[in-house]
Formats: sequence, C-alpha cells, structure tokens
Amino acid sequence: MSDHDYKPKSKVGQWFNDRLPLLTLANHLTDYPTPKNLNYWWTFGGILTFCLITQIITGLTLAMHYIAHADMAFESVEHIMRDVNYGWLIRYIHANGASMFFLAVYIHIFRSLFYGSYKSPREIIWILGIIIYLLMMAAAFMGYVLPWGQMSFWGATVITNLFSAIPLVGEGIVTWLWGGYSVDNPTLTRFFTLHYLIPFLILGLVVLHIWALHVPGNNNPVGIDIKKPSKDTVPFHPYIVIKDGFALLMFMIVFAFFVFYTPNILGHADNYIEANPMVTPAHIVPEWYLLPFYAILRSVPDKLLGVVAMLSAILILAALPWLDTSKIRSAVFRPLYKQFYWILVADVLILGYVGAMPAEGLYLLIARVATAYYFLHFLVILPVLGFKERTLPVPLSITEPILGGSPSLAAARHRESKIK
Amino acid sequence: MKKLFKLILILSFFSLNFAQTFAAEKVEYLKTDWSFKGLFGKFDRAALQRGYQVYTEVCASCHSMKYLSYRNLSEEGGPEFSLAAAKAIAASFEVTDGPNADGEMFTRPGKLSDKFVMPYDNVKAAQAANGGAYPPDMSVLVKARGGGVDYIYSLLQGYEDPPSGVTLDDGVYYNKYMYGNKIRMAAPLSDGIVDYGDGTNASVEQMSKDVTTFLMWAAEPHLEARHQMGFKAIVYLIILTILVYFSMKKIWSRVESEV
Amino acid sequence: MSDKKPKRRDFLFTATTAVGAVGAAAVVWPMVDQMNPDASVKALASTEVDVSSVKPGNTITVLWRGKPVFIRRRTKEEIEEARSVKMEELIHPEKDEDRAKNPEWLVMVGVCTHLGCVPLNDKGDYNGWFCPCHGSHYDTSGRIRKGPAPWNMEVPKYEFVNANTIKIG
Repeated sequence: MSDHDYKPKSKVGQWFNDRLPLLTLANHLTDYPTPKNLNYWWTFGGILTFCLITQIITGLTLAMHYIAHADMAFESVEHIMRDVNYGWLIRYIHANGASMFFLAVYIHIFRSLFYGSYKSPREIIWILGIIIYLLMMAAAFMGYVLPWGQMSFWGATVITNLFSAIPLVGEGIVTWLWGGYSVDNPTLTRFFTLHYLIPFLILGLVVLHIWALHVPGNNNPVGIDIKKPSKDTVPFHPYIVIKDGFALLMFMIVFAFFVFYTPNILGHADNYIEANPMVTPAHIVPEWYLLPFYAILRSVPDKLLGVVAMLSAILILAALPWLDTSKIRSAVFRPLYKQFYWILVADVLILGYVGAMPAEGLYLLIARVATAYYFLHFLVILPVLGFKERTLPVPLSITEPILGGSPSLAAARHRESKIK
Repeated sequence: MKKLFKLILILSFFSLNFAQTFAAEKVEYLKTDWSFKGLFGKFDRAALQRGYQVYTEVCASCHSMKYLSYRNLSEEGGPEFSLAAAKAIAASFEVTDGPNADGEMFTRPGKLSDKFVMPYDNVKAAQAANGGAYPPDMSVLVKARGGGVDYIYSLLQGYEDPPSGVTLDDGVYYNKYMYGNKIRMAAPLSDGIVDYGDGTNASVEQMSKDVTTFLMWAAEPHLEARHQMGFKAIVYLIILTILVYFSMKKIWSRVESEV
Repeated sequence: MSDKKPKRRDFLFTATTAVGAVGAAAVVWPMVDQMNPDASVKALASTEVDVSSVKPGNTITVLWRGKPVFIRRRTKEEIEEARSVKMEELIHPEKDEDRAKNPEWLVMVGVCTHLGCVPLNDKGDYNGWFCPCHGSHYDTSGRIRKGPAPWNMEVPKYEFVNANTIKIG
C-alpha cells in the first residue's frame, strides 16, 4: 500500500491526509490494479462482503427485540415475526442470509481451489480465509440456537457434546460450556453474547484478508504473475466495481426469492416447536452447510476419532498451500488436477447428501468411502500430482498468450478477428 | 458446457437438501388448491373466517394458540373481521387479569389486545386432561410439521379403522398420515359438526381445508404482505440488474477484454 | 463508439445510479421503522380504573402506556382555587373547566413537561404538585405556575364508563 505517491488536490484534503491518510487509502482502493481477465467466480468476494454487512445490520436490529432467556426466546422470535414492524422481513433475511453466506463462501473456496489462489505468495490470505470460515460456522451454529426451538436445543446439545470426546477433561469442558448440567438458560445467554461478538471478529479478519490480498494482488484465471499496473490490469473502479455489482444483483435475486417465497425451506420444521429437554426430534440434522462435516463425524465409529476426523477435515485446508506441490496455479493448465478437482467437488456434495440421511446401511458405507477419499485427495493425490503431472504450457501474460489450450485462446482469436 | 455442469451440480445439491425434509415420510398427502400458494397467493377471507369458527368450536377445547391476539382477527391480511366483530369475539371470552388493588386476580371480558385464551393453564394441566398427551399449541403448527398444510389437511381426513394385525390401546386412534399411524387425538371433525353462517356445507373435507387455511394464516400472518413485497422487490432487482448490465458493457467497452 | 453518443451514455449511468439509490432508500426504511412502537404496543391503548374507593383529597396513580396517570378526587376548595385563577397569571393558559369536565375528578399524565420526571403530590407553592428534579410547581389543576416546565401536565383522552369506572385512552 506504500507504493502510492498520492496527493489530494485540495488544501484541506492535503491537510487531512497528512494527518490521517484516508484519502490515500480511498485512492488505493479505487486505483487498485486488478487483472482484467477475472471471471464471475471472482465476484464472490464482493458478494461475501455484502452478506457479512447484511447479517450484521439485520442482526443488530433483531437483537433490539430478541430476548435471550430460555423461557422467552421462542416467544420473542414469534413477537418479531408477528408484531415488530417489518420484523418478519428482517428475520427472514437474517435466517436465509446465513445460508446465502455459506453458499457464497463455498463457491469462493472452490474457486480458490480451482485456480490455485492459495499458493505462494497468497498463503496468508488463504489461512485468514480458513479462520473466517471457522468463525462463520461458530456464528451460524450459535445463531441457530437462539430461537430456542427443538433443533436449536438438540443441535446445541449434540455439538457441545463433541467436546466430551476429549480424554480426561472432556466432561468438565462440556459442563463449563453449558454453565450447568445440560443446555439451559446460561448456555443460551452466552451463545447470544458470542453470536453478537463473532461477526465483528470476522469483520476485522476480512479487513486483514483484503489487506493481505492487496499486497500481491489478485490471482487470475490464467494463474500467472502479472505486472501491475499494465496492459493486463484495469483499475478496480469502475471496472471491477460495476462487474461485482452486476453479479451481486443476480445473487440478490436468488436471495430475494428465498426470503419472500420460500423463507422456511432451508430451515427445519422442528425448529418451530419450542425446545423441550424431555423429547429429542426423530431425525436430527444440522443446517445444510454443515452436512459434509456432519457426515465425516458420523462415518467414524469411534467418538474421539470422529471428532478428530471432522476437525481435521477443516484444518487440513490450512496446510493446503504446502500439500499442493505443483508449481502451476490454475487448473486450466493442469489436466489431471482438473479431473481430481471435479471428483472432490462431487465427493463433498455426496458427503453433504449422506449427512442429511440416516447414518445406517448403504448411506454409512458411502459416507465412509467419501470421507476416505476426501483425506486421500489432500494427503496423497495433491502432493503426488505436483511431481507426476504433465502440465500444459502457460502463457507469459494475459494479453499475450501463447497458443495452445489456454482460456485466453478464445480471447486472442477474438482480438485477432477484431484487428482484421 | 462446464458452467452448465457446475450449475446442475449446485442445484441438485440444493434440491437434495430440500428433499430431505420429506424423505422420512413416504406417504402421499392429499392435495387441494391452496389460494395462498404462488407468487401472488392470498388467503381466502371466507375460508379464514370459517376456519376460525372451526378452530374455536372444535380445536380450541384442547389446543391453545398462545401467540395470537384477538386484534389479529381484524388486521389486514387475515380473516379481516370488522373491528366490531373482533371486539365482540374478544368480549365473548373470559380473561384472567390482575392483581387488582386488593391483590386478587379477577376475570373480565376479553379485549382486542388480549392473547387467545388458553384451554389449559399450563402444559401439565393439558397433559393431565388428555391422558398424558399434550395437544400442541397451534400458533405455528403448520410450520412445525414437515408436510406443512398438506400434512395437516390430510391428517384431519386420515382417520380409518386399523388394518388387521394392528392393535390400538385405549385412547389411541389409527390415522394413515400420522407418523407411526398412531395418534392420541380422536377424529376431531365429523360432517356438520359446525354450522357455517355463510351456508357452506360443513363437510369434513371443507372444514379441514378451512381450518388448515386458518392455521396457515396463524403461522404466517404477514404472508400476503410478503408476497406483494417480494414481487415488487424482484421486479425492481431485475430492472436494476438490466441497467447495471448495460452500464457494465459500456464501461468495459473501453478496454480490450471480455466482460 | 463512446464518443458518438455521449449523452445516451450519461443517461444510462444516471438512470442506473438513480434506480440504485431508490432501492437503497427503500431498504433503509424497514430498518428504521422496526424501532417504532410495534403492533402489540399500539394495541394496549386503553386502561380501565375503578375509582370507587378514592376519597376526596386523595390521588391514585395508575399506569397507562408505561406512564403514571394521576387521578385526583378534588375537594371543593381545590376546585374553587383552580377555577378562580386569572388566565393572565398562567404560563400556559388553560381553563380548569376544559381540563376537568367533571370538576371533582382531575385525570392527567403524571409526567413533568420539563424533562419527564414524576411530580410529587400535595407539594409546591400552589398546593398541587411539585417536581423534585428541577423545581417546577403545578397548581390544583395540574397547570404549570413556576419553574422551568413549559406546559401544563397533559390530560389524556378518558371517559367515565360508569360512575365508578374511568377508561383512559
């Protein structure tokens, strides 16, 4: 960020900027040289920022009406839905917003996996992203507890009981988490407090995530290092701003459809039954975005190892920059990796599917195979592939690609035909 | 091609998840034409008013509706009883209030601001009066059941004699739409059990439809406002998306690249 | 190409910005309006009070919309005192006849019009009420006579349902 010699035009601007260089920052953000070949999969960073801000604003307004007490939480949610002006709208945006947030973050993560955006020199961006993702899961889980329905209560019971798998101190930790001998009012109030806190931690990490991004600059579909600024780049404003805006609007149409026409489809009916510590619902499932990890948990027949497997499945991602030994970033030039990539996508979707099914019979078998493959992909396939794979020739720049299977080939032809 | 493949993958992932809710129940529910479904779906006022009648005269003797108030009956988007009618309905109930200046609880006629009077004082009393089974609160019942309105509508009409080999304990009934087929509620409706003021024939099917419509409104009192606002919001978003699309094309035409 | 039709291009950008701004404004409103009184608060508009046990010279305080309401059964002397005051002497001139339709009963919101404290009964220089927060004196009709408060204490909408019951709101 120090590569700027920006001087505000007005005297007042200069005076202010010498004391607090906000104008330099603003200038940096608008001029920020961005690869001009970014496709729509790159717009999800902006979409995620929108999701975070939407969740914070709707969450703040809901917190003005919500009562974090085991006897009143369910009723206060109904009060929001029935009596508060536009309460139903704000709550449905917040509830569906969580799902949209995860939808966007999964696309964002898988985009990074495809184009190798986690590789040097962007490891810190990637690891910050993993921490944000973990915090998102914590926030989503605690938020789901707040309405104090049956799924809230039993979800909280099951997830907090994961900690009881820790040898020796496990039971003590669970009691400490609960503030009692079961999930009850003390648990609810602390979950509310943490649910309120975490989004601001995420916000801080997002600032670091973007800061870390702006040091090396964006990766791009070709996956090569580019000179900045150059013929390969465009300034962030207006080019990327308008493109992100367009993609965001498309995203908002889908979002609005969920909020206005099927607001409860992503939730579970049992959560409209008030929490009852005496009765567990027949079929407990987490929200859809946690299902793959839930499937991994259930596929291991040992309590401790199941929890370890589930946590490893997330934490293994942090080691990804070093597990992937290939020098080439983009899957476009890695024909074998590209195939394994799509197998991984299918594997995670299958895990999500079996996570929603009862853990028995064929489903359990599928879950075990898929879990094994998940770890195989990261621990064996990726390291070996880096050495064995024959990659395609990579162009030297975005504007001057060498011919031969690059995505910019079409662009090059297009340009040639224009010149003619 | 690849994009299409990805899209299909994502969509199938979603639809699988939606399916999960219904996967457990393999029974085909009875279908009827709900007026509140669809982009412009609205409640049928007459059905809501009849449904309220079925609720008060039949369901309310065991089932509470503790999140609704009498004022809701005259509010926009609901049964829309006139203010006077809603007041009269409220006044026909005895509400416990207090304590008064002597520190005693007393009863008075209901007001619009009162919540629906509950048939039992608490869950324990409800269980004691119903052989241990708690008749669930009906305020959000439709949203609390996997099949939603279709499930409730079917359940009300699903009572039949148990097939041979199934034995039922005292106070347990056979219902082909109930999870496990055994239900602690006796068939609540029978032809002509209520007398509709508007002359509609009070068949079990008609009453099931009316009361289910009423329960849908009770669970989603702002459904009509939601549908109306949703349509406007989506039309607005599409217009803005088109404008932004053309703006984007213009802006990107300055550089030699594909958007 | 862009040089040929600069006006149309400007129009496109203006239209896009304008439509976007309208949407942004529309989104702000629900977030603001959610802080206004909700439907259940608005519904609690009226309270009925049994005043049969109130003796002349006594005041009862009841809660209405979260505020105290003073209901005072005034003595003959108090009524006389309130009705004999000349309008010129008042900071906020109002006739006692307008404030208390039934002269025996004075019903008013017991909130000082200065900064919202609850004044004390039978205190102050005018035998009415006295606000301890910043020293406003009210007379036997609840009118401001001395001190920083700008107006008389507010008389809410009320009616006698029967001889013993007052409905406020």
